[in-house]
Amino acid sequence: MTAADKRSLPVLDIAAPPSQAAHLVGDFRPELLRSSEHDLCPGCGEPVAMRLALEVVQELGCAQRAICSVGIGCYTNFTLTMDVDSVQCLHGRAPSVATGIKRMRPESLCFTLQGDGDMVNEGLQEVVHAAARGERITCIMLNNGVFGETGGHMTATTVLGQRTKSSLEGRDAGYHGHPILIADLLAPLGGAAYVARGSVYNAAAITATKRMLRHAFQAQLDGRGFSFVEILTMCPTGWFIPVEQGPQYLHEVLGAVHGVGVLRDGDQLRTTRELLAEPRKGSR
Amino acid sequence: MTSTAPAPRRQLMAGSEAIVAAAVEAGCRFFAGYPMTPFTEVLEAFARRLPPVGGVCINAESEIEAVGMAWGALATGARAATGSTGQGLSLMMESFSEIARAELPLVVINMARGQYDYTQATRGGGHGDYRHLVLAPIDVDEAVDLVPLAFDLADRWRNPVQIYGDYLLAHTVQSVAVAPRAFPPLPAKDWAVDGSLGGTGRARNINSLGLVRDLKGIRPQELWTRLQAKWDRMAAEEIRFEAEHTADAELVVVAFGSLAKFARYVVRQLRAEGRAVGYFRPITLWPFPKVELDRAAGGCRRIAVLEQNAGQMVEDVLLSVLGRVETVSIGGISTDNSGFGVGDLLNADEVRRRIEGALP
Amino acid sequence: MTAIVSRGTVRLDVEACKGCALCVPACPPRVLSMSTARNERGARYPELVPGCTGCGACRLVCPDYCFEVYKFDEPVVHEVGGGEA
Repeated sequence: MTAADKRSLPVLDIAAPPSQAAHLVGDFRPELLRSSEHDLCPGCGEPVAMRLALEVVQELGCAQRAICSVGIGCYTNFTLTMDVDSVQCLHGRAPSVATGIKRMRPESLCFTLQGDGDMVNEGLQEVVHAAARGERITCIMLNNGVFGETGGHMTATTVLGQRTKSSLEGRDAGYHGHPILIADLLAPLGGAAYVARGSVYNAAAITATKRMLRHAFQAQLDGRGFSFVEILTMCPTGWFIPVEQGPQYLHEVLGAVHGVGVLRDGDQLRTTRELLAEPRKGSR
Repeated sequence: MTSTAPAPRRQLMAGSEAIVAAAVEAGCRFFAGYPMTPFTEVLEAFARRLPPVGGVCINAESEIEAVGMAWGALATGARAATGSTGQGLSLMMESFSEIARAELPLVVINMARGQYDYTQATRGGGHGDYRHLVLAPIDVDEAVDLVPLAFDLADRWRNPVQIYGDYLLAHTVQSVAVAPRAFPPLPAKDWAVDGSLGGTGRARNINSLGLVRDLKGIRPQELWTRLQAKWDRMAAEEIRFEAEHTADAELVVVAFGSLAKFARYVVRQLRAEGRAVGYFRPITLWPFPKVELDRAAGGCRRIAVLEQNAGQMVEDVLLSVLGRVETVSIGGISTDNSGFGVGDLLNADEVRRRIEGALP
Repeated sequence: MTAIVSRGTVRLDVEACKGCALCVPACPPRVLSMSTARNERGARYPELVPGCTGCGACRLVCPDYCFEVYKFDEPVVHEVGGGEA
């Protein structure tokens, strides 16, 4: 049936639960989010990632031992609605706060919520040392390749050619230098137990990312060391593109540099270059 | 302490060691720091003394992370401290100002290079409105009393408290007795995060912005206004000072910290010789005892400010008397070639020469 | 008349939708398309036609948590059209 044919089909009433016998397979929002309201832009990838993290905390039965150290970025908005104990930190400085929390409350599930500007610009030192120390925390980085909250400026993860308000003609290697692939810096460190990079560009990637978060939290719960999940997210506002192009831009521009996959799991170590050399899944 | 308790054991301890012993005795169970002269021995002492009592000491990768780690420990409700010398505290300023507005009870141990950090300690170097309560011990004996007080005041006011020490204090060995101190009961730290309210709809959030969980946003106006009132109350209620022979003095010498011990010694000496000299020492650098100094020095002809820097505390002295009494600085820069603040001014004969030179 | 089977359906929080339309290309059977009407915040929102499989892809990709997803206990058959192949 063609799309034109489909448009002639009757529109169903979806304002209410179905009248036919059915079972719910997916809630509006995770239990650990008190409201669906947030101030993030249409087409933003961060709420998609937030859902995954909060669902995994719930599914692991850790809602009452989770403590989140929150960085500064658009995602900070979620401190209003996430039903998990949290501490507001300075830009880049969540890993040290999470360290203090975990050392005093070793039974807690400590995780950070940071953006790429927060973690890789301001806070590069913090996360590298936390990983080297094998701090039993899970750092989550929402990577959209821009400082979104301030309006779309270049960060350390912005890819070559990417246009931002501080790289108007596109990031230029000679002038702006190259992006930092933080997962490659963390994965080889002695204290790192699990390091992975996921993406929310489509349903399959989202599902795979949720598995990464589960492995990462489990590494902390098992006491194996530092865990890290980077999640590539869309920022059509900061990328100055139409909303509907967000997922494709994410996969083809950011995803072509920040390759998705697992970089470290116990003794297994891979580089982003190796991940990108594999056939890319899910081309659209 | 009751009369039935055994007398605490006195032992010879360097200032750094004594301060840390007193902190651990007061219940400090977390410390993070970075080595820097003359603070390094504080970090070393915490590294030795915390693990045996189940505490944690971390040598952080920099001062910025050290204060961040203390921030996290404080958030869980623990008694926690950090410290450095002035240069290292400079790095911590952003966090200091946020921690104060988040109402976390941080204790900061400043082993300064001389008296060069008075302005930094009392005005702060961070952004926005915040205050640190600053206690400046005159010697190791007083430091051992001020440390448990610092932890108590920090918890009582939910505000950072700084101990202002220096190279001389750090390395002077005195016979001290580190013993538990009794304080009135403190409220429970029900604001502390432990995860337990997760999923109940009432999860906690510790922040410096007045975040309100009515889903509508932050309320910095309300929080910061309330904090302003709190600091005003602290300023009114927490003043501590020491004064001698001021009632009939023609010259009042004002000094703080280690250098004040020399000033006090010389003033007593001059008094014994019949000179009309008095002595005034703020113990709290913030809140500075402005009214108390004005009262003590009100009848004298001159105030001589003896401090080891280019003129920092003198501004608070001038604010105290508002021009009513002639005020002169008789201190100044005095440091050896290490820059660590052990200079020729830390000498009773030199101090006497300067005080005599200021007699009206 | 043609019979189209729906194995699942969704419930939409119309007022939460910001009109990003990411659900439309994410839906494998392509049964979502944006309305012409607008909700209270001025955004178009997705409408559903028969053929949903209850896979939940729309819910996964939606940044505003607009979807509940259901699977029917028994597939629902819609008789649609009239004389069209």
